[in-house]
Amino acid sequence: MSNRRTFMAHSAAAATTLAFPLVAGAQAKAVKVGVLHPVTGALAYSGQQCRMGALMAIEDINKAGGIKSLGGAKLEALLGDAQSNPQAGSAEIEKMNEAGVSAVVGAFASAICLATTQAAAKYNLPHVVDVGVADQIVERGLKNTFRFGPGYKKCAEIAVANLHVLNTAAGRPARSVMIIHEESLFGTGTVNLLSRELPGYGYEVKEVIKHANPTRDFNNIVLRIKQVNPDIVIPANYYNEYALLVRTMQQQKVSPKAIYSVLGGAASSYKFVKEFPDAANGIIDCNHWFNPKDKRSAELKKRVEAQGQFFSYEVFMTYTAMRLLADSIERAKSSDRAAIIDALSKSTFSDHIMPYGPTQFVNGQNMGAQPLMTQVVKGDIKVIIPRDYREVEPVFPLNA
Amino acid sequence: MFDPSILWASVLNGVTTGAVYALIALGLTLIYGVLHIINFAHGASLMMALYGVYFLKERLGIDPYLALPVVVPLMFVLGYVLQRVVINRASHGKDENILLVTLGLSIVMENLALLFFKSDTRTIDTAYTLTTWSIGSAMISLPKLVAFVGALVVSALLLWMVRGTDLGRAIRAVAKEKHGARLMGIDVEHVYAMCFGIGLACLGAAACFLLPAYYVNPQVGNGFVLVAFTIVVLGGMGSFAGALLGGLLIGVVESLGGLYLGESLGQVGIFVIFIAVLLLRPQGFFGART
Amino acid sequence: MKDLRNVILFVLVVALVPVLTSSGVILNFVMTALYACLLAQAWNILGGFGGQFSFGHALFFGTGAYAQAILQLQFNVNPWVALPLAMGASAMVGAWVGALSFRYGLKGSYFALVTLAFAEVFRIVALSVPFTGAGVGLMLPLQSSAAAMQFGTRAGFVWLMLGLVALALCVSVWLRHSRFGAYLQAVRDNEDAARAIGVNPFQVKLLATVLSGGLMGAGGAFYVQVFQYIDPGIAYGPHTSVEALVGAIVGGMGTLWGPVVGALALHVLADLTRNLFGQLPGINMVIYGAVLVLIVMFLPRGIAGSGVSVRAAWQRWTGGRS
Repeated sequence: MSNRRTFMAHSAAAATTLAFPLVAGAQAKAVKVGVLHPVTGALAYSGQQCRMGALMAIEDINKAGGIKSLGGAKLEALLGDAQSNPQAGSAEIEKMNEAGVSAVVGAFASAICLATTQAAAKYNLPHVVDVGVADQIVERGLKNTFRFGPGYKKCAEIAVANLHVLNTAAGRPARSVMIIHEESLFGTGTVNLLSRELPGYGYEVKEVIKHANPTRDFNNIVLRIKQVNPDIVIPANYYNEYALLVRTMQQQKVSPKAIYSVLGGAASSYKFVKEFPDAANGIIDCNHWFNPKDKRSAELKKRVEAQGQFFSYEVFMTYTAMRLLADSIERAKSSDRAAIIDALSKSTFSDHIMPYGPTQFVNGQNMGAQPLMTQVVKGDIKVIIPRDYREVEPVFPLNA
Repeated sequence: MFDPSILWASVLNGVTTGAVYALIALGLTLIYGVLHIINFAHGASLMMALYGVYFLKERLGIDPYLALPVVVPLMFVLGYVLQRVVINRASHGKDENILLVTLGLSIVMENLALLFFKSDTRTIDTAYTLTTWSIGSAMISLPKLVAFVGALVVSALLLWMVRGTDLGRAIRAVAKEKHGARLMGIDVEHVYAMCFGIGLACLGAAACFLLPAYYVNPQVGNGFVLVAFTIVVLGGMGSFAGALLGGLLIGVVESLGGLYLGESLGQVGIFVIFIAVLLLRPQGFFGART
Repeated sequence: MKDLRNVILFVLVVALVPVLTSSGVILNFVMTALYACLLAQAWNILGGFGGQFSFGHALFFGTGAYAQAILQLQFNVNPWVALPLAMGASAMVGAWVGALSFRYGLKGSYFALVTLAFAEVFRIVALSVPFTGAGVGLMLPLQSSAAAMQFGTRAGFVWLMLGLVALALCVSVWLRHSRFGAYLQAVRDNEDAARAIGVNPFQVKLLATVLSGGLMGAGGAFYVQVFQYIDPGIAYGPHTSVEALVGAIVGGMGTLWGPVVGALALHVLADLTRNLFGQLPGINMVIYGAVLVLIVMFLPRGIAGSGVSVRAAWQRWTGGRS
């Protein structure tokens, strides 16, 4: 039985050395950063996009001279696979901790983030959340957790407020709303918030349809939309279902006054717009988006597309999360975890491509974080609200 | 509560969706009925077939329906080889091992697809993807109508095969009494492999009919597995007519269940039927009482 | 007897691990390995000893998990009290499903499929009812203390899970040596013959389902305490069902140590492959799947069930086919 013990000890040691394929070249004073995403399993696509964003950021930071306050120390990524479930994510945190990372960026999905931030908290390991929109992530009082982007409460509030603005500006053509959402944390959470906010602005939520992941066929749901005939259809689901829904609506010739998404899976997706330009035309989304007035966004987009990939939100969210981290390490002048946490909590990072202004963390949430409203116009995605970032005038309603 | 035109459209929608389910279940029922294998790799095999159809369209420009003569034989060969070389050898005939082997195969297939094709969801665009025909007050998309016809044709072919050919007789013999069949000189391993091959060939056909209205990514098969099992049980394991009718029925139940209970809860209808059939009439509607 | 002595030895040795090391990686590994062992042992009681394969063991897992969460969140029950209650809840579900299935004489793959269907029904219902949090799921608030069964380090969890695994082992030992266990295995091997000698197959199988369900529920309750989040997919999804049966079958069904060995072996395999070739995600799972097939190919009775040397297995494979 002592074999088991030595086996454990050996395997742990072996695991940590085998564990992480080293990227960005090991140097004498490198600062190790854990990059943890679900790159296999159901969320593989998003996880891989996130990872790409993180690695591009590390590449850029290192090219620009690394962490200057640490003598030009390069960032070194330790890649982890959360395998699309919380247990694997936690296990990776343990490994990353033992491998001596100074911080972790990850883990895309809210359920996984809940587990990873908590596992990291045990070791006071700073964890920057790149996407994970569930508000519970930053509401548990964990001192090590920092989310740069907005949560779904913020997104829902902004979406509803802006819908009202658009509607009012157009003379109030829309009164009724129908929500189609996916059944898990993100969809249900979003719809709970929307159902609360919308009536307050005078909109009637005629029906809420919840569907499974995956849903194989949307004809029924589109039939309901036809029957209910809402002015606005609000989808909140992941890419595959969103795309199927909108395609089916196009097929069945259902065209409401607006398709107004909140964190719509395909709504502000270059992939969707490219593959289904007709179905996508005119769709409005309230989603994570980059600052269109910052030239670096366009450059980054070009680089991503040159690799044959789409510039999806996962890419730029994780890219900027990594840059935020690097900035904090820079100001902490140290790779010590406590120092980084301190620097993050006091961060005023503003040299980024997101429309967030200067960073300010309160209880781990960046107060400046906000989603933007975009609309698909002539095969491209343009920002319509807020005015500071507006690229085109919104078209609302669609078929006036 | 719902006006008749909506109900009619929903039923029609259910029937056409169910046709695709039936195509997937046809292969599964053959595999189960003869080899008594619960094929965990069925969903992953469907996924491979879908990728096949996808690449034939994207790289060679071959329309999915025209790809049938290519995809179906290829899937047959894949099935034959898998059964003969891997599943048969690895499982030593024990049920629980077959389960693990097909499970292992499904993991391998899904992740090979992830490795080579990446995780992106892919769709094809054809001239007829958006075309709809009106039947009464309902609009049905053309790909789904074609799928319906395809399911009927494939079922008919399978029925003919099993009733009217030597292979079919051998299959029925082996399904009923394996050892006796072997004593009569039937090469049981070959028959098993043929069945597995035909089962996967049905998936090839299903993929050709499914892709125009759907999409493909490495996990796409998972969404169809449980429904396929339900249909196999409902129709009776080993019965093609059962799989076809069961598929259509399940499609309609899903559709109407979605209308009345909501799309999420409506799924429960399928499984409640599943349980009821298992408890009350496990041989299904057309299966033989064992 | 010898089995009991081995169990005690095993428990003592593993209990020492958190004393000897504070490495987070090792403790987490041991905790999750033990967790996998519990799941496999729970399945083995019904599947290995009882011969009734279940494809939907997540049914019991999820019930235990939700019970643990709901008792704490809505009824303010102390987690240590909630744990046996959660086990009781999943045991009751086991009794209900078992009674239904065995009353209608379901066996073999029919039984397997009905358990799968029940798990799916529960999953779909859990997505829709408010007291499970519906799609949003349930979150336990963070309270790092032993009293709240949320230990500061993994050590506490290791001991807790070790206790549950020990319980499962004792149940398995009991099944190996008791009259009830003999009846159960008799029913597994030949139900009609067992009935002929006076065994009541229905009662025997039902009790096995209750035991199996209860232990599986403990696994679910444990999961909630460690990860503090449960949703219908995690609770009732096929992932856990597969994890349970795979460990038991690979390790050797119907044996005492089979599930432990099998679960551990697969856990090590998954852990080691997770980050191999990290640049190419997917390869790790391809290896995992391939190894699974190979294990079955060479060790058809499982690791512990084999008792056959690798050489003999090779000869058997190349020499002839069954």
